[in-house]
Amino acid sequence: MSATRPSWLLHGLLLLIALVFPLLFSSPFMVNFGVLALFYAFIGQSWNIAGGFAGQLSFGHVAFFGVGAYASTMVQMRLGWNPWLGLPVSALAGAAAGWLIAVLSFRAGLKGSYFALITLAFAEVFRIVANSVEVTGGGLGMLIPMKQTVANFQFGDRRVFYFIMLALTVASVLLALWLKGSRFGARLAAIRENEDSARALGIDTFAEKTKIMMISGAIAGIGGCFFAQYFLYIDPTIAFGVDKSVEMLLVSMIGGAGTVYGPLIGAVLLAAISELTRAWFTIQGLSLVLYGALLVVIIAYLPNGLIDLFKRRGQRPGSP
Amino acid sequence: MGGIYTLVASGLTLIYGVLHIINFAHGSMLMLAMFGVYYLLIKLGIDPYLSLFITIPGMFLLGYLLYRFMIGRLSYGKDENILLITLGLSILIENLALMFFKGDSRTISMSYSDQMFEVGPLLVGLPKLISFVAAMVMCGLLGLFITRTDIGRSIRAVAKERTGARLVGIDVEKVFAISFGVGLATLGAAASLLMPIFYVSPTTGHVFVMVAFTVVVLGGMGSFLGAVLGGLIVGLTESFGGLFLGESLGQIGISLIFILILLFRPSGLFGDKR
Repeated sequence: MSATRPSWLLHGLLLLIALVFPLLFSSPFMVNFGVLALFYAFIGQSWNIAGGFAGQLSFGHVAFFGVGAYASTMVQMRLGWNPWLGLPVSALAGAAAGWLIAVLSFRAGLKGSYFALITLAFAEVFRIVANSVEVTGGGLGMLIPMKQTVANFQFGDRRVFYFIMLALTVASVLLALWLKGSRFGARLAAIRENEDSARALGIDTFAEKTKIMMISGAIAGIGGCFFAQYFLYIDPTIAFGVDKSVEMLLVSMIGGAGTVYGPLIGAVLLAAISELTRAWFTIQGLSLVLYGALLVVIIAYLPNGLIDLFKRRGQRPGSP
Repeated sequence: MGGIYTLVASGLTLIYGVLHIINFAHGSMLMLAMFGVYYLLIKLGIDPYLSLFITIPGMFLLGYLLYRFMIGRLSYGKDENILLITLGLSILIENLALMFFKGDSRTISMSYSDQMFEVGPLLVGLPKLISFVAAMVMCGLLGLFITRTDIGRSIRAVAKERTGARLVGIDVEKVFAISFGVGLATLGAAASLLMPIFYVSPTTGHVFVMVAFTVVVLGGMGSFLGAVLGGLIVGLTESFGGLFLGESLGQIGISLIFILILLFRPSGLFGDKR
């Protein structure tokens, strides 16, 4: 389990591939694909550290994403702040939303499917509020004006976005690696496997779960900020729609929930499906049909995700 | 709408009460049944209310087979897995529907669509009245089925005590499949009653899934009386919410009820204390 020499080699190789990817494939299509895959990996990792590491299955993770997207866009549009400041703002907003939902639901002792449903309901409430009040632009959403300067978080070359997203994703993977090896991560795993026993061992389950929801919320919030700056537009359905919650969950579940690299595998696969079906077919909804089928098949035959396929070749690590 | 909500939710609550499954695909199954009703009318000219006799057994069969060959086998007895499988199913069904039926919403109009009725001081559309009454009758029948028939008794036995039921010779897996079938059959009924007063599009399920969950949670998971009252309360909340808070903010009522009930009284109004 500990980082051995070959695993460092593997990391280096992966990073190298990721770094040269946009230099080799510089067409807008491929760059966009790369950004999308990294973006999925990033928000999938956010779901993964809560849903996979700590076992707190959330069906409304988009709530944090949306809060981050709206918070950063609003300080930019309404208060005139520099968009780069939106990044910490969105992280704080996501963490705050995570804290709110966690404190309320965990105080009430919700877990498992109930927790999943209440997060879904929270995301709905956020969506309806964003849809109804004036300051968020209501149902029309907010359009960030185009002004391509570095200070404005907009770049003529889309590849800059790629490298920003790559940095964020690497950071999220490092965080997941740290979680896996730390005592905090071990406590979360204990909570996931059996919460009552974890409490009996003296773990403050409420505090730990709240902490991880805040961290996860912050990551999703940053993802929201990036999304808003990349597409320069958000509205309530994009920012709080069920679809994105499902995508986060899928990336993680398909790749392998509770593993460090699962979301990366899931993200590349999902981005590939999404972009290829869009390029080759004009059938609406085809990519989602494939996602749905994939989810069912994975749960049926590879409950630990695609990452199991890779693991089976090498020695089996002790933890899932 | 309250009556229909009740019917949709009673299917969900039955499935939950017996199998302890949260069926996330409930809404998309309803959508599927509604498309069935729609095409029965368009292609074969079958009146939506008469199509009850097709949709109910049809959905029962679908539910039975789905449980036997898919959900029952793949769950490995884990709660979350079922939630995820039904989620996958709902994504699958919804988007297949999107592929085949396209995104636009369809309505039907019958000769009686516009007839109005006076109930006391209120003016009520005839189809709405029929649907409400029929939905209530269906719930009553379902209640009788559960309490009076042998199958109903074994369903209740399994819901209460799996192991015990197995010991006295009940085929538990079969009862699970039947319950899942009956749960979906209520959707068949709901679809037939809903079609004359509502529209169907691939995303219609979304409208109902949250509502159905709210009704079930409000009434108490697994409680029938709860589902009936919960359905009425949610129907009223929706109407009044729209009236006082306006079109877009009005929808918030249902989600808020859902959250508040889960936070403060997770057993619902009539559920067992756990």
